[in-house]
Amino acid sequence: MGKLYKFLKYSFITIWTVFVVAPFLWALTTSFKDFNSVNGGATYIPWVDFEPKLEGWKVLIKSPANGGVDIIEPYFNSLFVTCTASLISIVLGTLSAYALSRFTFKAGFVKNNDITFFFISQRIMPPIVLSIPFFLFLGAIDLLDSLIGLIVVYIVLLMPIAVWIMVDFFNKVPREIDETALIDGCNPYQAFFKVVLPNSIPGLIVAGMFCIIFGWIDFFFAFILTFTEVQLLPVKIVALNSSITPWWSLSASALVSVAPLIVVAFIVERYLSKGNLSGAIK
Amino acid sequence: MNLVADKLSYKPDEQFHLNEVSFNFKKGSLYTILGRTLSGKTTLLKTIAGLLTPDSGSIQFEDKDFLKIPVWERNVAMVYQQFINYPHLNVFENVAFPLKQRKVENQEMKDVVLKSLKSVGLEGYENRKIQELSGGQQQRVSLARSLVKNAKILLLDEPLVNLDYKLREQLREEFKSIFSQGLSEESIVIFSTTDPKEAMELNGEVIAIDEGKVLQVGPAKEIFENPKTLKVAEISNDPPMNILKANIDSNKIKFEGIEIELPGHLSNLKDNNFNLGIRASDIELSEEGFEFEVELAEISGSETLLHLIRGDTKIITSIEEVMNFNIKDKIKINFNINKVYAFNESGTLASSPFGGSYV
Repeated sequence: MGKLYKFLKYSFITIWTVFVVAPFLWALTTSFKDFNSVNGGATYIPWVDFEPKLEGWKVLIKSPANGGVDIIEPYFNSLFVTCTASLISIVLGTLSAYALSRFTFKAGFVKNNDITFFFISQRIMPPIVLSIPFFLFLGAIDLLDSLIGLIVVYIVLLMPIAVWIMVDFFNKVPREIDETALIDGCNPYQAFFKVVLPNSIPGLIVAGMFCIIFGWIDFFFAFILTFTEVQLLPVKIVALNSSITPWWSLSASALVSVAPLIVVAFIVERYLSKGNLSGAIK
Repeated sequence: MNLVADKLSYKPDEQFHLNEVSFNFKKGSLYTILGRTLSGKTTLLKTIAGLLTPDSGSIQFEDKDFLKIPVWERNVAMVYQQFINYPHLNVFENVAFPLKQRKVENQEMKDVVLKSLKSVGLEGYENRKIQELSGGQQQRVSLARSLVKNAKILLLDEPLVNLDYKLREQLREEFKSIFSQGLSEESIVIFSTTDPKEAMELNGEVIAIDEGKVLQVGPAKEIFENPKTLKVAEISNDPPMNILKANIDSNKIKFEGIEIELPGHLSNLKDNNFNLGIRASDIELSEEGFEFEVELAEISGSETLLHLIRGDTKIITSIEEVMNFNIKDKIKINFNINKVYAFNESGTLASSPFGGSYV
């Protein structure tokens, strides 16, 4: 019974791994091909099936004047917008979440849960519903086609995620820990920064991960709210696909674009497996 | 200079959590708040600590309006019934936390922390993580943290309740010795518990509380011997005191067809209906006794608790050995009539075997 279970488990994991890794392998091999190798049928093994070329990668960093596509600027734009928006969202979201978890708010019939729901409800609507208001709003304050404008929009999109995750997380941190900190001579700010926050690192990391992922992969708003001045990576990659699809540089840019997410995933995995909160209360 | 509370009330919802609670706690003494779960013990302690603000009433300490001072400046210490520690810090850092907050010098801090850890029996555990400790050890860490501050008010909110039996006994002994040696003339210790035995053993001043109302204040012995009302008798006994609705008529106690000669200490009562209270331990099996039917028999430790019924009268008796009974068994019991308490119909103590009366 145990052996069969183990066999099935590892078979499943193996199949799943192949399923997940295959597209990456495909992209990796394709990125080292040129026009002839791509069109010469399915080939996978370099130096045997096809002659690897660096052309697909070189094109990415060449300026358009030299026939390149220059994804460096969009790459850093994306990095800047995502990180800034995620950071602001996490900071604001964590503070709001702590307040929503610990203090009682009341404005007429609106209470804590309603406010929390208000945040989450921002994510209920399909993005397309928000696109026209965002467009008009950014137009009115003259932030269309700018990094700041994108950051503003991304904060609106990412902060609910941070609030949602952190409210849930803080609700699981026993209130008595804050109270003990107060009794031990912390004012409420010190209690938050010295005691609650250090015990909320797993939650912060999960929230940060979601913000970064959702910010990084957004194509829709980056596409609608920018034109010529500013370009983000996802838009740039799609724009590569012209009359003749350059599969090699498309693959290379796709790999470059998922690289940060892979790094994020590994960091998160380490922290998530730690589980820091047990022992606070028994 | 005492800790004086005047008519503290707190009513966050339909029910009173505190209902006009007043007290006067003297320095250098131990107070035990005795009450059932949800009787307002924790609310009272949190109000003293400053974690809750009462709707009305006042607390004075050292001639200052305590309610105007925020928690973090009150210099109180508190141990919760859950084992609350800072999970991101190790044992030493946990105990040192309040001192760090006060910016105590490093060497002095080290000395005080080690001394405090020693007094709770956790020497050598300084570098352990909280998560690696057992429940009892975790509770010792929070106790050490509360002692290290040398606070003028030490609040202990059912600190032993989540521990297993043996550990509870052991830690209770340690509490007693810590209180007796470590308690300075300057500090007030307030200990809350649901367990009457614990309250008796700690032997401090007992405050019996129910539904947010203080029912009786007095030395543990006095509460046990002369409970002011039925409610106090119920709270201060485990299993709760049995109540027999009886009639006293021409020197006889009459209930459920049973007639017993009136004992001496009740002889001055006028003929009337009374609620007679008798402890489970003052009822014994006896061939000569009165017949009751077994409703339930539970074995608890080395005792057997028997739930008995006769007519409308239900009683619980404890037998000092493990015995097996079947439900619906008929058994005979006798009452130790010299230990009977008489409460009048409104529940106030009319006469006790120890001579108390509040009528």
